Amino acid sequence: MPRLPAILIATALLTAALPARSDDWLEFRGPGGASRVKQGSLPVELSAADVRWSADLPGRGLSGVLVVGDRAFVTTSDGPTQDRLHLVCLSTSTGKILWDRQVWATGRTMCHSKTSVAAPTPCSDGKHVYAIFSSNDLVCFDLDGNLQWLRGITYDYPNVSNSLGMASSLLVTADTVIVPVENDSESYSLGIDAATGVNRWRLDRPKGANWTSPVILAPGLVALQSKTGIEAIRATDGSTAWSYTDGADTVSSSALADGILYVPSNGITALTLDPADPAKQPTQAWRENTLSPATASCVVAGDALYTINGAGVLTAGDRATGKRRWQLRIEGPYSGTPVTDGKHLWAVNEAGLVRVVELGEKEGKVVATLDLGDEILCSPAAADGALYVRSNTKLHKIGR
Amino acid sequence: MVSHPRSPAALGAVAFLLALPGGGVAVASPVTDALPAIRAVDHEGKGNAAAAKAWSVIAAADASALPDILAGMDGANPLAANWLRAAVDAVVTKAGGSAKLPLDSLVRFLADSKHDPRARRLAFDLVRGADAARADKLLDGMVEDPSVELRRDAVAKVIARADALKTGEKKEEALAAYQKAFSASRNVEQIQALATTIRELGGTVDLTGHFGFLRRWRIVGPFDNTEGKGFATVYPPEETLDLSAALDGKEGKVLWQPVETGDEYGVVNVNLSYPPPAPPADAKPADSDSQEGLKGVIAYAVTEFVSAEDRPAEIRLGSKNAWKIWLNGSPVFEREEYHRGMEIDQYRMPVTLRKGPNTILIKVCQDEQRRPWTTEWEFQLRVCDEVGTAIHPLGGPDSAAK
Repeated sequence: MPRLPAILIATALLTAALPARSDDWLEFRGPGGASRVKQGSLPVELSAADVRWSADLPGRGLSGVLVVGDRAFVTTSDGPTQDRLHLVCLSTSTGKILWDRQVWATGRTMCHSKTSVAAPTPCSDGKHVYAIFSSNDLVCFDLDGNLQWLRGITYDYPNVSNSLGMASSLLVTADTVIVPVENDSESYSLGIDAATGVNRWRLDRPKGANWTSPVILAPGLVALQSKTGIEAIRATDGSTAWSYTDGADTVSSSALADGILYVPSNGITALTLDPADPAKQPTQAWRENTLSPATASCVVAGDALYTINGAGVLTAGDRATGKRRWQLRIEGPYSGTPVTDGKHLWAVNEAGLVRVVELGEKEGKVVATLDLGDEILCSPAAADGALYVRSNTKLHKIGR
Repeated sequence: MVSHPRSPAALGAVAFLLALPGGGVAVASPVTDALPAIRAVDHEGKGNAAAAKAWSVIAAADASALPDILAGMDGANPLAANWLRAAVDAVVTKAGGSAKLPLDSLVRFLADSKHDPRARRLAFDLVRGADAARADKLLDGMVEDPSVELRRDAVAKVIARADALKTGEKKEEALAAYQKAFSASRNVEQIQALATTIRELGGTVDLTGHFGFLRRWRIVGPFDNTEGKGFATVYPPEETLDLSAALDGKEGKVLWQPVETGDEYGVVNVNLSYPPPAPPADAKPADSDSQEGLKGVIAYAVTEFVSAEDRPAEIRLGSKNAWKIWLNGSPVFEREEYHRGMEIDQYRMPVTLRKGPNTILIKVCQDEQRRPWTTEWEFQLRVCDEVGTAIHPLGGPDSAAK
């Protein structure tokens, strides 16, 4: 295995000094959006018996699941116009719904038939859950279902919407909820006080449909991605720390791992953050256009990164150089981003086939397959030895 | 909805507390004391902190408080209604489920159609969760209900009866029942399915008239929208509506011309008014991705809607092009989005019609994308009330021959 550059090690140390995260899954694609889990924490051999429970959900959706302690959180929508918006809390041990809180959409619910009003993944600070919907209704509940505050972003700014549907997920850092609501018309990202729901800042963003999700670069510093590139924003005041302007995808999102931001830009472009000050302009480590993520975002673990293209081909790239190592066709299409522990990768295609891929230096190999028999469009969550995936009707727990 | 008047700060907090079913006066309680703070929430998080405290009081209430909580939604803005919506869930969860709810009180609340339609629908759902048969029976009187969802379920019952008649080969009775359901329905999917069934049985339906789509317009264009700059450009129709004037268009002088769409959903296909010039005889075949139709252009369409009275109404629009709308010269709303999709009632705009002639002007913009899904340059517009019931201009539906 090639040695990782010193910058990776230095940044890993920096990250280790940050407030520790537990085994929870608190945001879209987990910490840094890298979709990484602890090595050996997920089951490699899968059978139907590994589906611990499958819980009925009160509505549709393709948002990802959060896991906070012994509770799982997921959003759904239902009703004739999909204007009933749910945040549902389930027990991770039994799948029983502990509480279900509804609000009504105050913004438009029109979206493409493949997506849903419950498309964006919520986020949590470990004490609260922040959830947003395609209608741009934003709610904050504590873990017991007590409403802390709510907003109607389209109610406030009536041209914030996308007729195909909004899908960008939330983040919370530095007591600020990062709310990207970027679209063709009134295009913003907002920083909202996590305690009160009041704007800290509202940033004009490039006009254009944008379904990508932000990434926390460091506490209080987030990367916003758009067709123009990446802007690193200070969460507390919305000021720009640095910009990368070579363009970026508007569907698949960036991933941060060990101080390097992997941006879906001209293939994948790796930006190395300053380990002493991530708010300083990063340097470009490499760019590799043979790595081409489609809907699913790239994932990073060990000394490699992985993308799945529109043809369902999994590509492994060298993290130090970006050079392609191997490719493996794993029948797609994939809407959700896989998770990996560096030795294996768990990918769930739209047909509901969970594949475990053994990740070798020179090749990848499918070592297990589990058919959930359910259309899966979400990105899986991974916590406490289990995968959580949801469909339009069910939430499945797979593993321990 | 696309626009919302900012609610008055006080929002008649005292007045609504008096408006109980039957005109009774609410007895002060922790819940009624807490409601004004909830109803004071407004745009951009205003009032959230006070509302959170009030919410914890309301959420801790006994299930007997549910009618008061639901009544708190009457006249509330959508944000306040949502605070209360979530509180209802908390109260019901704490009560241990729907079996322990005050069903008689909830049914009385539901029966009073002056209450907020969504609150009444929620009351219905609570009743149904506890006693499905009782709820189902209530639907029989709701085919004309102001709650679109209650009406939808009531109409579904009528459709089920019609289906049974059809299965029993009582075609005429079935057709009459389907016609009754069609007349009552305000749900787009339900209406469309009913229209298909009625036509299969040999009946007729007037979809244009049922929805209230406007079919007759005068249209002028094309004006320039190169690089999308025309969206913000003020062309002459936005300043003065002179339907006899020759205007400076993108390629020369342009005139208003009458357009009457034959589409029963009122879709006005602007491309039909401005077909692209024929390619030269020796032109190469077009790129497979390219489509016919003018690009980088704008048209204006205007119609006169004669209202029988001063009244609130909704203009409802569907379009996958960027657009702006004016009513009687005043801007109503605008949207700069191209080719993301179109559906009936995509945009709902509350307006006030004045008695007599009202002028509805729409600017429809086409961008310069040349992909198969970017060909359409069209809109569909109807006038209705907040339930979706068509408001017809004096003289009858725009579907009628004139």
